[in-house]
Amino acid sequence: MLIRPLGAASLWIGLLVLPFTGLFKAVLMGVALLVGGLIWKAVARFVHQILSRFQSYQSRLNPLSNLIKRVNPLRVNPMPAKIMGVVGLIMVPLLLNNYFIDVLTVAGIYVVLALGLNITVGLAGLLDLGYIAFYAIGAYTYALLNIHFGVSFWVGMPLGGITATLFGVILGFVTLRLRGDYLAIVTLGFIQIVHMVLNNWDNMTQGPNGILNIARPAVGSFSFQSPIHFYYLILLICFLTLAIIIRLDRSRIGRAWIAIREDELAAEAMGIPVTKYKVLAFTLGAAFAGIAGTFFAAKFAFVSPESFTFLESVLVLAMIVLGGMGSIPGAILGAATLVILPELLRGMADYRMLIFGALLVTMMIFRPQGVMARRKLDIVRNVDSP
Amino acid sequence: MLLQQLIHGLTLGSVYALIALGYTMVYGILGLINFAHGEVYMIGAYLAIIFLGLLTAMGLTSQHLILSLFLAFLGSTLFCGAYGFTLERIAYRPLQKAHRLSPLISAIGVSIFLQNYVMLTQGSSDKVFPHLLPEGGIQIGGIVMSYIQILILTLSVLLMIALHLFVTKTRMGKAIRATAQDARMASLVGINVDAVISTTFILGSALAAAAGVMVAIYYGVVNFNIGYVAGIKAFTAAVLGGIGNIPGAMLGGILLGMVESMGSSYLSSEYKDLYSFVLLIIVLLVKPSGLLGARVNEKV
Repeated sequence: MLIRPLGAASLWIGLLVLPFTGLFKAVLMGVALLVGGLIWKAVARFVHQILSRFQSYQSRLNPLSNLIKRVNPLRVNPMPAKIMGVVGLIMVPLLLNNYFIDVLTVAGIYVVLALGLNITVGLAGLLDLGYIAFYAIGAYTYALLNIHFGVSFWVGMPLGGITATLFGVILGFVTLRLRGDYLAIVTLGFIQIVHMVLNNWDNMTQGPNGILNIARPAVGSFSFQSPIHFYYLILLICFLTLAIIIRLDRSRIGRAWIAIREDELAAEAMGIPVTKYKVLAFTLGAAFAGIAGTFFAAKFAFVSPESFTFLESVLVLAMIVLGGMGSIPGAILGAATLVILPELLRGMADYRMLIFGALLVTMMIFRPQGVMARRKLDIVRNVDSP
Repeated sequence: MLLQQLIHGLTLGSVYALIALGYTMVYGILGLINFAHGEVYMIGAYLAIIFLGLLTAMGLTSQHLILSLFLAFLGSTLFCGAYGFTLERIAYRPLQKAHRLSPLISAIGVSIFLQNYVMLTQGSSDKVFPHLLPEGGIQIGGIVMSYIQILILTLSVLLMIALHLFVTKTRMGKAIRATAQDARMASLVGINVDAVISTTFILGSALAAAAGVMVAIYYGVVNFNIGYVAGIKAFTAAVLGGIGNIPGAMLGGILLGMVESMGSSYLSSEYKDLYSFVLLIIVLLVKPSGLLGARVNEKV
């Protein structure tokens, strides 16, 4: 009974890949699917049995998601765990080689980006597909100011943030009339336009060659050079971002955003100035992206349009959806996972991105609300929600 | 010159329109931006090359050119229909009740997966489509229409008419329209919504495959990453015409092709991809629901 649908599915997939892989590999794949499916079912049954001894009926429905719930680090006593986490993050570069410190630094950049986008998409519910455009604007602002006027990083960073914010205000006002997916497509258009301008405005941006030799940050005679310096810098930026965003999240503004996300009309009826808060969400998200962009330019001393594509935007979006929309720990976890996972898969060489794509789908199927989903209304925790 | 560009734009536009139809139909029913749709188009182009290669090896192409082209076309569209069906089953159906963005991420995963799957099995270099059709063309007045352009135009017009008839005249078409209006109500009056969704995916993917085959013939080369740009443009076309609206997708696609062709010949070809987005933003600002899209009233 078990083998028939599985066999049919394997045969079907085998047929589908046949023209691409040739007969031998197609048969191989079909057989692998069949065997893998059988093993998966057996394991799932085993896990069911184990879990059902400990837990109520509900746990049988989805063993995997329950497993994730069980190991959810947030369930651990929060304060000591947080202190351990911070200490761990400060200590960790002492144990790693430069390559992995760089990976962690990149993860840090994406944490800032994901936290920023989490304001726009997660809290206010505005689907922004062109988020990376602000990141690009921040990076190029610092790069150009530095190359032409010798502006230092410490001045360039806020300036990059401000420029991105200005663009955020403009885009926010322009797109206010649009809802949902139309907003998404205009922001998609925005990233394409920014990317194309960066690529083609040779006099200003040096086109696809990018801008080289951007100055690294320095304090007095001390210059940030080694990966470990940048690691601590981005760690600091991450903590600052986190502090601001946690405060925002719990503030009146944060609640207004959630209200707009849940029901715009009702929010307006309750006296929330929807327009103002929407533009604010857009703008604040953009500011964090801009700052992350200046750090990116300083870290790699090089910017080119290649780093700022629509796909990059989608990656950041995937991070917050994977982590759980609107959830701050989720955004951090999502960012760290999607940066570090492909690095860990590097051993698979060519199959890396293939597996990555498949994992995205699998994770969504097993946990569509994200790994650390935010309880729907944690403000009114004790009220029964449908 | 102007007319020549017009024809080029029309050819390009009808291809965009075919891809846009898949986006718009899926969106109309599920409210999902199917990011993997561009990859299906790319797979369609590859399949045509693979099938033609097979037919050439069998010695059929040299004797019956039209028949073998037809077979490759048919094979490619059928296979892509099957791909669309499978994708929906694996990646979207389990997520029907999830948050709106979850299927979007799943679609992105599928897109990355399919791109790499084709790259791994077919190599990352360009694939050349065999030169089979005679070069030349027909001269009308001062302009030359190549045989390939004529083929693409006729075929896409035929496909669009067929789709229109299917959606307006058949029982399944009626079910599709009903589901697009209100899926829950449709299921209450006995429409098998899952079957409707599957049909939509199969149709949309088959149309994308047709577009893929034709582009492969038109440009002569195919690469594993062509799906991305084509997908974005087709999606733009769908939004331009009013997403969820079938005639809108056709209009949007053709308009997009025209604008792109005119823009790159009269303004600057460097910014080729820019014009369509600028046009889109202008249209959306003036009429936020797209050219033919209905004004949707907010449900309170």
